Amino acid sequence: MKFTLSWLKEHLDTTASVDEICEALTDLGLEVEEVVNPAETLKAFTLAKIEAAEQHPDADRLRVCKVMTDEGEKQIVCGAPNARAGITVVLCKPGDYVPGLDFTLSVGKIRGVESHGMMASWRELELGEDHDGIAELDSGEVGDSLVDWLAQNDPAKVDTMIEIAITPNRPDALGVYGIARDLAARGLGELKTTEFTPIDGKFPCPIKVTIDEDTLDGAPVFAGRVIRGVKNGPSPKWLQDRLTAIGLRPISTLVDITNFFTFDQNRPLHVFDVAKVSGDLRVHRATGGETLLALDEKEYTFAVGQMVISDDKGVESVAGIMGGEETGCTEETVDVFIESAFWDHIQIATTGRALKINSDARYRFERGVDPEFTVEGLERATQMILDLCGGEPSEKVIAGDVPNHARAYKLNPERVQSLVGMEIHESEQRQTLTRLGFRLEGNMAHVPSWRPDVMGEADLVEEVARIASLTKLEGKPLPRLTDGIPKPVMTAQQRRMQMARRTSAALGYNELVSYTFIDQAAAALFGGGDDITRLANPISSEMSHMRPDLLPGLLQAAARNQARGYMDLALFEVGPVFQGGEPGEQREQIAGLLVGKNGSKDVHGASRDVDVYDAKADVEAVLSAIGAPAKVQILREGDAWWHPGRHGRICLGPKKTLGVFGEVHPKVLSELGIKGAAVAFTIWPEEIPMPRKSGANRGALEISDLQAVERDFAFVVDTEVEALTLVNAAAGADKALISDVRVFDEFIGGSLGEGKKSLAITVRLQPTDKTLKEKDIEAVSAKIIAKVTKATGGELRA
Amino acid sequence: MDDLKAKYLGQIAEAADESALEAIRLAAVGKKGEVALKMRELGKMTPEERQVAGPALNALKDEINSALAAKKAGLADAALDERLRSEWLDVTLPTRPQRRQGTLHPITQVQEEITAIFAELGFSVQEGPRIDTDWYNFDALNIPGHHPARAEMDTFYMHRGEGDNRPPHVLRTHTSPVQIRSMEKLGAPLRIICPGGVYRADYDQTHTPMFHQVEGLALDKDISMANLKWVLEEFVKAFFEVDDVELRFRASHFPFTEPSAEVDIRCSWEGGTLKVGEGDDWLEVLGSGMVHPKVIAAGGIDPEVYQGFAFGIGIDRLAMLKYGIPDLRAFFDSDLRWLRHYGFQCLDMPTLHGGLSR
Repeated sequence: MKFTLSWLKEHLDTTASVDEICEALTDLGLEVEEVVNPAETLKAFTLAKIEAAEQHPDADRLRVCKVMTDEGEKQIVCGAPNARAGITVVLCKPGDYVPGLDFTLSVGKIRGVESHGMMASWRELELGEDHDGIAELDSGEVGDSLVDWLAQNDPAKVDTMIEIAITPNRPDALGVYGIARDLAARGLGELKTTEFTPIDGKFPCPIKVTIDEDTLDGAPVFAGRVIRGVKNGPSPKWLQDRLTAIGLRPISTLVDITNFFTFDQNRPLHVFDVAKVSGDLRVHRATGGETLLALDEKEYTFAVGQMVISDDKGVESVAGIMGGEETGCTEETVDVFIESAFWDHIQIATTGRALKINSDARYRFERGVDPEFTVEGLERATQMILDLCGGEPSEKVIAGDVPNHARAYKLNPERVQSLVGMEIHESEQRQTLTRLGFRLEGNMAHVPSWRPDVMGEADLVEEVARIASLTKLEGKPLPRLTDGIPKPVMTAQQRRMQMARRTSAALGYNELVSYTFIDQAAAALFGGGDDITRLANPISSEMSHMRPDLLPGLLQAAARNQARGYMDLALFEVGPVFQGGEPGEQREQIAGLLVGKNGSKDVHGASRDVDVYDAKADVEAVLSAIGAPAKVQILREGDAWWHPGRHGRICLGPKKTLGVFGEVHPKVLSELGIKGAAVAFTIWPEEIPMPRKSGANRGALEISDLQAVERDFAFVVDTEVEALTLVNAAAGADKALISDVRVFDEFIGGSLGEGKKSLAITVRLQPTDKTLKEKDIEAVSAKIIAKVTKATGGELRA
Repeated sequence: MDDLKAKYLGQIAEAADESALEAIRLAAVGKKGEVALKMRELGKMTPEERQVAGPALNALKDEINSALAAKKAGLADAALDERLRSEWLDVTLPTRPQRRQGTLHPITQVQEEITAIFAELGFSVQEGPRIDTDWYNFDALNIPGHHPARAEMDTFYMHRGEGDNRPPHVLRTHTSPVQIRSMEKLGAPLRIICPGGVYRADYDQTHTPMFHQVEGLALDKDISMANLKWVLEEFVKAFFEVDDVELRFRASHFPFTEPSAEVDIRCSWEGGTLKVGEGDDWLEVLGSGMVHPKVIAAGGIDPEVYQGFAFGIGIDRLAMLKYGIPDLRAFFDSDLRWLRHYGFQCLDMPTLHGGLSR
């Protein structure tokens, strides 16, 4: 919303400076976005008088002028045809910035003659289009400031323009009058009220208006009248200046008057050329398919139910949004019908959105105009038309009734103080509301008709606080919930997630955060990409489906980095993944991805492709850090995006998967453009049971002073026998004595023959009551061999 | 006897290696060595002579033995020195490549910083679903269907299957629905923050379709907007790690709070870097206000009894301001160079006692 200082002062009697006004506006919730003060750029310029103008010795078109200035006589070379002795001009001195030329003047030499400044044209001052010669002023003395001269003679030229942002709750501030009301309530001046006298119609209105029964909910009241014998044409300068200053193009007096009321009073109007209207006007709902060429010269087709205004020929106006080209006023208009109607904000918004018309009228009606002003607006506009265009008014036609907006809410002064936390005296609260137009009856505040946003007691609080100024609010400590040291607030699960992230980073992974929506093809590779996780309105096909897993995002990020030349990567992400489109159909996931080598080529020959055991080491480290049980099963038959033979599910029972590690399926890698080896892990942290114990106590440390003994065994087994089966069998041979079993060698084929492998383990025996003797060791060894051969079908390697 | 001493000590000093030393030892103090032979002669001496010669011989034997030991240690040291001299390595060679430098994303770090500060004030962390119903995202927050704010929010909607006539679910446009869910779950009094990802269908220089917010909510019987201002002042000071900061509360409008205020902090942009707490510029950092009674009621709490404040802050924006990160879009690009440059080390855990950043 734009307006000028002088326009504001039409409604506000104030001595406040522009800065004070702007500060107050922002503080009141009418945030100032831009201030354009022409006086700022013009303040250096002064008036001067040409004393003499002589032909330049070396140039036909140039004159050497003697100019009387506030600093005495100066020599200035000038090329303007009107530069002559005796005229009063605008002087720009060396060092001044000339806005229309976008440069700063300096003393120059023009064809050998020194020039100490310039005399500006209106265009060079950005004060007009005139560039036929230098500006000639018909009054003013040498040394007067140009800004002062303009303020006297053409005030619009130095009028400050202010643009404010309007929040959706403040339609009343979409008129300059409403802005003035807020400032007056703040105490920045007095609101000027002008009386108006209803105009007596001289004859019955020749155009009748009806509103269809089914349209009354969207168009409760429609007022209008004909003015006969007007003289339309360019509007007077003051009106043109007003509109130009806020970026509107003056069109003709009648149209300019409607625009003026739109911005002055937040009262959109429309004018029909009576000569082009056939018969009466009818406000009704479209039956669908009607068309109209609107004032923006575009043709619109209406859908069933949209509100329109028709005459006998058909639709002539998009109700409350935009008039029709056909019946619009032109300079030739003699008889005019002026419309002032009130439209339902929701229906205007819906139709405006559907037809994609953005007009000042729609913008205002969908936020809310003052219904009580409907007829007054008509009367005031009629008066202005009579004043500016002459003519003879008809009686008013009014269809429907002004909707009842009356409502009142209780003002609870203590509540205001308790909510805002500011001492605002009751009398001040009442005064604020009164100044804003509320009518107080006892402690009931009746809401003014121009404030559709005020819908309850809380809104009264807001008004009082807003006018009192939140900037003045002093902070008050929020009392602690408990005395003493605050308790920790994070839940066990939240700490787990933090630990998972920090452990992953400690393992050398870089955390990324990717969009939770990905393309359909990538989602489909990971079991998603269905309609249930599809966005109805994605911004691009790359972001169409909620991700079913973190791995596609990680792999795509890896591919992008590989394209930039970074081939070896360790990336991880923690975040939600989605199984469906209902709230709660999401799970937290932790995922890590290793791509390429474990490091760049190096002198030690340690660089190698990442492999499944790297992923396994990392998933075990993260699981351990977040408190997953140490004893788990490793099962296969994971999801299809893993290499079928090279992945494992870390499980507590066949149905509870805590995490998965493995090679990513080569087809997935090639689909997503990954080069080189890629292994990954995923963890489902919500699946990991919380430890049962509570409290920080670690329990007693049990250690034995007795010497531990280690013994090695090698078994020949079938190649598909898993090491963990063997280890578990060995460990089960004597749970009290065996403290650890580790695999330290695997050997496949060779002399063992096809389909066989050798697995070597170290078993650590930790006695607790007496030192082990050789026969004890032999006894337990025998048990180990028996258990392992039974469990694996293998035999001790000879 | 002095001759013997001089002879053997001389030989020991000259000995080149351990075997030469052993030969000298045998010749001097071995069983058949010269000193042993002299010892045997003691028996033939008179007691007086023996009293002089005995201790002298023992002393000689000790002296030769310790000279032997000293020389042996010296030879061993020399041999070790010799070996070590040959064991030179080029220690400027790079290390084995196993150790990668992992990092945490700035969003993670800043979220933890925010949590640390609000935990001190008794705010716990609540989470909610990213896909939510339009009731939680809009209606419960006093944004009815026709409200202009709904259209202005550029909402992402989930697909609705044929025959499913419920209003489509949305990708939450703010973390505010978590307010409602937390009120339902926990009741009042309540102090929570709700960090997390939110969505708006907007993508340009300064907007990404997903970004992160933290919502704050405090409900009690006597919480006022003055408390809100204090909390935000304390937060901004703690977060930006400055001693003093001036906040400007500007009246504004949000459907879910009343009164509402946009909060600006005093700052300067001298030389292109932000300094919080000084200068003549104002930087808009968050929106806030007193929770609208309808919102409290929607959360199942009696607004006649309880009142309180709420605020919403952009986590990504705070990260950009604090750590001088220029481009929001890069947060989600996963460029390794960016992750390394703007990321944080795993042990840089923000705490109030140790400091939030280093």
